[in-house]
Amino acid sequence: MLDRISLDVAAGTLVAILGESGVGKSTLLNLIAGLDRPDAGTVTVAGRDLAKLDDDDLTIFRREHIGFVFQAFHVLPYLTVGQNVGLPLALLGYDTARAHARVAEMLAAVGLADRGDSMPRELSGGELQRTAIARALVHRPKLVLADEPTGNLDPTSAAGVIELLRDCVREAGASGVVVTHSRAAAAYADRVLMLTSSGLAETG
Amino acid sequence: MTAVVSIPRAVLGGSLARFRGRLALSVGAIALGVALGFAVALVNASAVAEFTGAMKTLAGQADLEVRGPRNGFDETLFATLARDADIAVASPIVEIDARLEGRDESLRIYGIDAFRAAAVTPALVPSTDDPLDVLRPGIAFITPAVAAQLGVKSGDTITLQTGLRALPLRVAGLATAGTGERYAVMDIAAAQDAFARLGVLSRIDLRVRPGVPVAAVRDRLAATLPPGIAVAAPADNAATTTRMSRAYRVNLNVLALVALFTGGLLVFSTQALSVVRRRTQFALLRTLGLTRARLAALLVGEGVLVGIAGSTIGLVAGYALAYAMLRIVGADLGAGYFRGVAPALVVDPWAAVVFALMGVAIAAAGSFVPAREAARARPAAALKAGDEEQAFARLRSPLPGIALLVAGAAMTALPPVFALPIFGYLSIAALLVGTLLLVPRIAAFALRHAPAIRNAPIALAVAQLRATPGQAGVSLATIVASVSLMVSMAVMVASFRQSLDEWLTRVLPADMYVRAASAGDSAFLSPDDQQALRAIDGVTRTAFLRVQSVVLDPAQPRVALLARDLPRDDPGSALPLIGDSYARKRDDPPPAWISEALADFTAWRPGARIELPLAGKRAPFVVAGIWRDYARQQGSVVIDRSTYVALSGDDTATDAALWLAAGTGVGDARDRIEAALQGADRLAISTPGEIRSLSLRIFDRTFAVTYALLAVAIAIGLTGLSSSFGALVLARRREFGMLRHIGMTRRQIAAMLATEGLAVSGIGLAVGIALGFVMSLILIHVVNRQSFHWGMSVHVPWLPLVLLSVALLAAAVATTLVSARQAMSGDVVRAVKDDW
Repeated sequence: MLDRISLDVAAGTLVAILGESGVGKSTLLNLIAGLDRPDAGTVTVAGRDLAKLDDDDLTIFRREHIGFVFQAFHVLPYLTVGQNVGLPLALLGYDTARAHARVAEMLAAVGLADRGDSMPRELSGGELQRTAIARALVHRPKLVLADEPTGNLDPTSAAGVIELLRDCVREAGASGVVVTHSRAAAAYADRVLMLTSSGLAETG
Repeated sequence: MTAVVSIPRAVLGGSLARFRGRLALSVGAIALGVALGFAVALVNASAVAEFTGAMKTLAGQADLEVRGPRNGFDETLFATLARDADIAVASPIVEIDARLEGRDESLRIYGIDAFRAAAVTPALVPSTDDPLDVLRPGIAFITPAVAAQLGVKSGDTITLQTGLRALPLRVAGLATAGTGERYAVMDIAAAQDAFARLGVLSRIDLRVRPGVPVAAVRDRLAATLPPGIAVAAPADNAATTTRMSRAYRVNLNVLALVALFTGGLLVFSTQALSVVRRRTQFALLRTLGLTRARLAALLVGEGVLVGIAGSTIGLVAGYALAYAMLRIVGADLGAGYFRGVAPALVVDPWAAVVFALMGVAIAAAGSFVPAREAARARPAAALKAGDEEQAFARLRSPLPGIALLVAGAAMTALPPVFALPIFGYLSIAALLVGTLLLVPRIAAFALRHAPAIRNAPIALAVAQLRATPGQAGVSLATIVASVSLMVSMAVMVASFRQSLDEWLTRVLPADMYVRAASAGDSAFLSPDDQQALRAIDGVTRTAFLRVQSVVLDPAQPRVALLARDLPRDDPGSALPLIGDSYARKRDDPPPAWISEALADFTAWRPGARIELPLAGKRAPFVVAGIWRDYARQQGSVVIDRSTYVALSGDDTATDAALWLAAGTGVGDARDRIEAALQGADRLAISTPGEIRSLSLRIFDRTFAVTYALLAVAIAIGLTGLSSSFGALVLARRREFGMLRHIGMTRRQIAAMLATEGLAVSGIGLAVGIALGFVMSLILIHVVNRQSFHWGMSVHVPWLPLVLLSVALLAAAVATTLVSARQAMSGDVVRAVKDDW
């Protein structure tokens, strides 16, 4: 599906990839995350050739270097908002005090400073996606991947979320890639690329 | 192509397609429960039908039956009754259970007066070419079942035992009888002579003159009959006999119902989880206009369909199982209540209807709570992810559970109903259901107090369980039910077996035991035989026993009267007494020790003055104590044999206990007995060890069906556990996909799930063991006591319980890991994109 794709994302930059349904936007994200393997060629992220990593190495690579934001939020319903945000830190073995401080910092950054002890069912869609953004950035990843992060949100919330994502990526100095078919959402990104059957091209 | 889908298809179609495996499990569980219940009911119905049919044949047209002690009453009573103005015909009968030579079984012999029996019990009068055969000595008529059993025909000889002698009888023909009935008929005078019953009758059948009220005659005669002799309608006597086995039959039925109940739990867990998984679908259908009532009805209907399918399969399987049980285990399912009955399988349409309806009702009930919750859910909330636990919110109210526990505890204090421990069963059911309702709260409490662990997979597992006690409760329900049933039965059976073992050790203090015959009541040791045993070289002490049975209450079976040689200085020391003994006073009548069962039936207590019917007279005794007797469910009383001989004149014995001198082996003593006594080869000579192992073998055989039914219930419960675990794990694929995205390895997810499985099973095991212990106490002190009137001390089979617990935990973890592997198979990372 994807052929001759080359993509460099500078640190502190959010790149939006637009494209029709079925063109391979999500596949591209999966390749970048090491969740899919390319039939040919290499995927190099943060200087690592993902093809040379086995499943466990890839998992640990994702744990350390990548943050994810999903269309359907995927906030665990049985954890509090704060616990959800702190999940990557728990996997990385942060001590409790350090983790608490970092979670509080991230919740404040996404505007949920007072919702740390709330359960996800008490949050709106926009708040859930803010939680997901906080979780994606809490462990200071080099790369943040977002798959249709505004797909389940109303236009106002969508604008707020994508803007927040961009600001957080900039502030964290991470590289961000967001795939979407919403031009309005893409407009908030630093760069916008169009994925078509003939490849990836820069748009205005 | 059709563009319009029916609403039932929209609601149920998804379930049938997606949860086919689990629905099949539910159908199988209901089928198994129905099959077991129906099979036990059919076997019981067949046995009782055959038994009561035989009783009817033997009672013929008699309006009343006069019965007395098992070894008979004075025949002069016959003359008195025959002359009674209200009696049209009186027919005397002698009944003997004679041991069949060379076999450890007996044959019931009816000695009849052919002329009188023809008018009352014509079925007992054989038709023969030579009518005088029915009057000749040395001749017997046997039923076709006996002919088939012994492989004999007319003209052949059968040999029975009387005293220690052989008694050959020529078979003159076949008696008319039902297919399974086993007995022989001979002339009454010949029977009295052959079996040393001269001047004695066992029964007198009476036909009352037309127009005379039978009840009035019965009441008048009852007031005038000698002590220990009772008159009753034949049907009442049959009912008295079948009542003895009723508690056992009811117990088996209850166990079969337990299997059906665990099947219902499996339906509940399957439906609850399947409904939760379809919650958003239902919310959408509700949004589109499907009413609450219709949604609930459709989901209960789903359970009804499971019930119908399960019941249909269960009835067919139950019939086949009953057929096999009758042939392999026997009509009494191993308990020995219906000896001499080999019934054909009776189809009981009512039992079929009842069990089919129960199967459907239990499956529908299992679907009811999930259906109600699905219908009550607010569509807007249900459409949101993370709302699943709300489906279980209503199960979390503690009040119904607490109320059931209180009711269950209160019911243990209530007396039996119609001699059955109905409240005992209800108490166990209430405690079980009450605990199941409280299980989510108990789980939440336990998890709240779980230590904080920093390991991410374990912390996530604990967080997941803490937040979803309702969903965990569904898995816990099956494990708690299975474990508690397993523990309660294991403790009860182990307690019973251990108590029986200790009792046998206590009641078998001698070195060897001699019984006049291994079966029947036709054999005895004469005074000469007793003297010969006393004189055996190497025998230092002997104690003889005469077993008899007497009528204390016409509405109850005969009570065993055990006349024993007891130690002079402390007679009670020879018995396993329970509770306080009565210190006998100088002017008290002779002492008697009654069994627990007799104490229950009569309310007699130590110190009570009682009368026992002996030789047609009332003999006064004082209850000196209550003893434990696991051998006689109908009750027994022990008196000193010298008192018995003095009162009854009967100086024969049926059993002897022998103590041997040091250096005298059992084999030596056996050889010397065979040399000293004529007919000694007919004696049953055993060591205490042999009697113990035989008794325990019979015990294990009696409980074999119990074990089998319990094993099925546990298997259904564990299947439910694995089914609900599997469903819960599969429902979380999207969660696993997200966790894989953010860096959890497969091993960590498996560790998380194994922790959940271990925690749920551990909590279930702990609650189940605690509940099982409580239930075992009710089984021991209420159900067993009220059913069989046997007390026992509590013995916990620790090692088997520990092994079973470890096996259960291992099985739970293995189940979780298999489910995890299944859930992680394929491209789980893509599950983050999954919709419904």
